[in-house]
Amino acid sequence: MPRFRSRDEYLASIVPPSASATAGLRRRSFLKGTLAAGAAIGFPGLLAACGGDQGGTGGGGGGGGTVTWGTNESGTTFAEQHQAEARDFESKNDGIKVKINAVEHNTFQENINNYLQGSPDDVFTWFAGYRMRFFAERGLIGDVSDVWPLEGIPDSFKEASTGNDGKQYFVPQSYYPWAVFHRKSVFQKNGYEQPKTLDEMTSLAKQMQKDGLVPFAFADKDGWPAMGTFDVLNMRINGFDYHINLMAGEEAWDSAEVKAVFDMWRSLLPYHQTDALGRTWQEAAQALQKRQAGMYLLGTFMNEQFPENERADIDFFTFPEIDPAIGAGAIDAPIDGNCMSAKPKNEEGAKTFLKYLASPDALTAAVKATKLPFISANENADQSAYTELQKKSAELVGQAENIAQFLDRDTRPDFASTVIIPAFQEFIKNPDDIDGLTKSIEEQKQSIFAG
Amino acid sequence: MSVTSPTPAGRVRKDTTEGGASARRRRRRTTGLDRAVVAVMVGVPTALVILLVWLPAFGSVLLGFARWEGIGGLDTIQWIGLENYRNIFTIYPPFYPALQNNLIWLLFIFFVPTLLGIFLAVLLDRELRGGRLYQTAFFLPVVLSLALTGFIWQLLYSRDQGLVNAIAGTEIDWYGNPDVNLWAILVATGWKHVGYVMLLYLAGLKAVDPSLREAAAMDGSGEVSTFFRIILPVMAPINIIVLVVTFIDSLRAFDIVWVVNKGRNGLELIAALVTQNVVGEASRIGFGSALATIMLLISSVFVAVYLKVVMGGQK
Repeated sequence: MPRFRSRDEYLASIVPPSASATAGLRRRSFLKGTLAAGAAIGFPGLLAACGGDQGGTGGGGGGGGTVTWGTNESGTTFAEQHQAEARDFESKNDGIKVKINAVEHNTFQENINNYLQGSPDDVFTWFAGYRMRFFAERGLIGDVSDVWPLEGIPDSFKEASTGNDGKQYFVPQSYYPWAVFHRKSVFQKNGYEQPKTLDEMTSLAKQMQKDGLVPFAFADKDGWPAMGTFDVLNMRINGFDYHINLMAGEEAWDSAEVKAVFDMWRSLLPYHQTDALGRTWQEAAQALQKRQAGMYLLGTFMNEQFPENERADIDFFTFPEIDPAIGAGAIDAPIDGNCMSAKPKNEEGAKTFLKYLASPDALTAAVKATKLPFISANENADQSAYTELQKKSAELVGQAENIAQFLDRDTRPDFASTVIIPAFQEFIKNPDDIDGLTKSIEEQKQSIFAG
Repeated sequence: MSVTSPTPAGRVRKDTTEGGASARRRRRRTTGLDRAVVAVMVGVPTALVILLVWLPAFGSVLLGFARWEGIGGLDTIQWIGLENYRNIFTIYPPFYPALQNNLIWLLFIFFVPTLLGIFLAVLLDRELRGGRLYQTAFFLPVVLSLALTGFIWQLLYSRDQGLVNAIAGTEIDWYGNPDVNLWAILVATGWKHVGYVMLLYLAGLKAVDPSLREAAAMDGSGEVSTFFRIILPVMAPINIIVLVVTFIDSLRAFDIVWVVNKGRNGLELIAALVTQNVVGEASRIGFGSALATIMLLISSVFVAVYLKVVMGGQK
């Protein structure tokens, strides 16, 4: 054995020559090198990637009178309407250009947090309700109070556009009500009448079953359509104010009031299509269209599932009253519209554009381009292009005493999607354990609303 | 530095091969460059792994102890200790179904499509007439993304308008009934997995030295015993790859249930729950991270077992 003067010498001796070249890289210097390499290679890469993303959604801006508009419709009729509105606005406002940044609907919705915290467009499509107020409270949406008052926009819509601090953060453009839809021809043929009370509705449902129809088409594969049923039952049984407070987390989900809603729902379930959890709302709407089902509680977008030449056969009524003391004055009618980002590049242009989008001109431009009107939030809009159904929808909303925005827009989105959807699906599967279900919802609600 | 100082042992060894002095000089000349090359070759991947795998994983574990809605700076994070875990284990109804479903998924994928794929590979290896055609047909589903697979099967499984119910004359709610939808999905996933395993295994079988079979046949071994006693042991590396692919595919199973119903109502999987909570509008970042941490722990068990098998095999 040769004698070594140091541990290093010994170690070097046992390492084969080819490898010993690297042994000089001691552990510490190696780590340092790695970190340096990481800093040099990894971080700029990540930053560049982030920057790229934001640049992509941020759009050009800056260029004199350009307003960027982030929209949640791409490749649809609504997207064409957006185009038409932008062009019409440009022709009416010399020098302001609108640059549309269109994103597919669900992608837009799911990325909204990142979008608003990155570099959002000056104006972007959004909804009225809790989520809008939530963003406003966190300073992610710009105050547009000085755009108001808007001529022709009713006070109920202004209220829906107002944040918790009393300022307006939203400009409504269109809306659609939820109601019970049916085919006129089916009602005529069988001599059915639109029910005004719960008793009339249940006896109508029983009659339909005798006539071989499923009384209510029903689908909840996507999780949200059943929220419409809960909303309307809660508003009929406990009233609008209770509903809004429940949504805001201020009432208990395991209260007697909420249990009464589930109880009522359970008693109505036998009149609904079975196996709802595997069915999309489109398929349920087609059951109505094929005259297999007699009625369907949904939003007016349901008519998409009817061939164009059959749409005149669609009619609807608002869900009948359950408690005469409360009546049937409250409905779900989600309002779509636009917000301004917190730090727009072109604030003046953005506000001018927002005003335009809420004006009757926007509807006129959309109708001219696509022949398909939306129901304008503006009372002064030219209604001559409306279908009969839309005229009736406008009438229904005009008469409504209170307007809710739909469960997933009226409450925390994390609560709606991770608690309510599974809970309602569980209820549809197993409607008998109302106590256990409401207890579980309340426990989870407390853990989410605690934040 | 130990490298550059000549050691008795090094000199002796070197002297036997080539001139000691020149070898030393050559070593000294290449040292700097070698170090740079090794630093880059080891440093870059390590940096990437640390940055892209370990830091995010560590971040997830950390966020699992927090409540954060993903809005605003890091100062808006509230530290709440183990509350997320307590909530997951006590009041979060989808959690236990998800664990169970992941396990069923793993067992099913291993016992049915994986073994079937191996069986098909053995059959195709026998040079059947039209073997290429079968091979292509079985492999075709692999080319499709899982998301697309989910969509295709949705057309077949739809309760009111689907092909399966139309042909069988049944009214089974394939995707909606929580008692059957997991199995319906597993069939769709298996449909894909069979082709993948088959191709992997077929490639392995083609590489087996034919003389082994000949020798076995000479020694009077039958088909079955040749396969189990000769071919299967020779194929050990492929077997491990197939196993690993099966494990990984089962643990990361996600896309197809997400396409079908976002991982709800009987199709809960841990990965889907993580996504439900973190991605999208929900933004329960802390809660989702706690779920992700649980998933990380479960996968580490499999990774550890795998590493033990692979490393053990190399000794």
